[in-house]
Amino acid sequence: MKKTSLILLITALAGIPTVRAADIVGTVTLNGTPPPEVPYTPLMNDSTCGAMYTTAPTTHFYVVGPNHELADAIVSLKGVAGKSTGASQPPVVMDQKGCLYQPQILAIQTGQKLIVKNSDPCIHNVHCVPAVTGNPESNQVQMPGGPDLNFAFSQPEMFMRFKCDVHPWMFAWVSVLDSPYYCLTGKEGKFIIKDVPPGKYTVEADHRKLGTLTKDVEVKDSDVTVNFAFDVK
Amino acid sequence: MSENVLVKVNRPLHWFAVLTALFTFLLLGAGGLVTSHEAGMSVPDWPNSYGYNMFLFPPSQWIGGIFYEHTHRLIASGVGLMTTILAVWLWLRDSRKWMHRLGLTAFLLVVVQGVLGGLRVVLVDAQLGIYHAIVGQLFFVLTAAIALFTSPWWMAHASPRPDRISGQKAADLMVLRRLVLATTVLILCQLIIAATMRQQHAGLAIPDFPLAYGKIWPDTTPAAVQSYNEHRLNVIAENPVTAFQIVLQMVHRLVALAIFILTVTCAWQARRRLGKSDPLAKLALFWLGLILAQILLGAATIWSNKAADVATAHVLGGALSLVTGALWCAIAFRRSAALPEIAPATTISGAYGGAPVMAANK
Repeated sequence: MKKTSLILLITALAGIPTVRAADIVGTVTLNGTPPPEVPYTPLMNDSTCGAMYTTAPTTHFYVVGPNHELADAIVSLKGVAGKSTGASQPPVVMDQKGCLYQPQILAIQTGQKLIVKNSDPCIHNVHCVPAVTGNPESNQVQMPGGPDLNFAFSQPEMFMRFKCDVHPWMFAWVSVLDSPYYCLTGKEGKFIIKDVPPGKYTVEADHRKLGTLTKDVEVKDSDVTVNFAFDVK
Repeated sequence: MSENVLVKVNRPLHWFAVLTALFTFLLLGAGGLVTSHEAGMSVPDWPNSYGYNMFLFPPSQWIGGIFYEHTHRLIASGVGLMTTILAVWLWLRDSRKWMHRLGLTAFLLVVVQGVLGGLRVVLVDAQLGIYHAIVGQLFFVLTAAIALFTSPWWMAHASPRPDRISGQKAADLMVLRRLVLATTVLILCQLIIAATMRQQHAGLAIPDFPLAYGKIWPDTTPAAVQSYNEHRLNVIAENPVTAFQIVLQMVHRLVALAIFILTVTCAWQARRRLGKSDPLAKLALFWLGLILAQILLGAATIWSNKAADVATAHVLGGALSLVTGALWCAIAFRRSAALPEIAPATTISGAYGGAPVMAANK
């Protein structure tokens, strides 16, 4: 009797269609020639910071590969809120090195810890300037070799500004998303949003300088490819 | 109701008031440098500096933006002390009750200003920075006015002499003072607009002058603003501009034009109605020159991509423009108010020698 029941159960379970999450993959590119990057001249004029360089570093507002691949774009699913797994995710680290933030574009989830380090031999202040209510503005000192600073944000916000007022050329932009369904493009311009449940979505690509592009996709049981191409206006 | 009281010219008090006004001007410049260098939040604590007592903060740590913010605080402390001394001095040594009140007002205002500056830092509230900038300008007007009211020149010229001001001239003065007052109020509005612009911390909202993004009136549609931001690459104050900021900059330009036209009118009318040798006519001409210089400095601020020293000079030019208009009004109001009180027997003597002089007081 027990054996028969077990066989029936296995048969029944096998009959249930499995829901397979798929990935959304693609590439972000840039058409056109972006304006030339600007050297950090004020950095070189600072005795402590300038001593760390032989030539002035430049901004990296547009990181574009040889085949127009665009880095620092955040691709995410629009309208997917309240799915954050940030509290259980490992912290994201941002360093202050060479009197610049490294990296300057980051993406984290709501509730996820952001650790800010100071690897420089000088004082920095870490001034976080959110624009969304619920994400508090703060301004903290970080001495050279001082303890790390920890941040976490409860509200989604794109490109929240971090700055150092001691060294006013230092900026970083942290995007806070309310779900794990996002990806920050690297130098190859590629992104992969993993394990997306089946359904219809609007995929959004955000670049701090270039704005936002969106595309509608439907995820079924296999990976979906969607590419974005920004234009320099 | 007016009353005539015996006012003794107190030269040391006057020169101390002048010194306080000059230090206030210096303080405005230091504050301007703080904002121009985007250094307002470089010292995150207050009233301490990086945990140190403000006056014991080691100079070796005055690096980068800290230098501008910390020196601003030190100069502000000095001005606070000077204002306190000035208020007490006025209370003890000036016989005019309204000067006591003016000294007290200056003291209260400098305290409010200091607290505003401190709260802007500890509350991390950029909006307070706008109020701090405006109160700073008003405080400069007040200290300059105290310097004027304690001066031998004020004693000698405040009460009009019958042989110098006729009934027609008094009427002319009345018309002129209204015009100058309106212009001065407009300058104050302009400074409020300017403070709002500077506290956006977004660099230049419009990078060209006299055109704006190549047009007489710039396109502020979302697509156009997006395009502007794509092409704006700033090392300092890298922050996207908004349509509001662009329109605000355009309003600033239009108000500047209105101020220029009004000061031309003031200078012309003052010369015509009072005569070119009248001090107020000369002051109106100086005012016009100041406004012209200020317009050039505004243009230079844009052409230099908001170089900190040029932008700060523009701030100081604004402060001088406001003070000049305000003092012009003060002198004109004084003359007009005193006019009915003038009796043929009224004499003014020893105004420059420290001896008592007669002055009408409200």
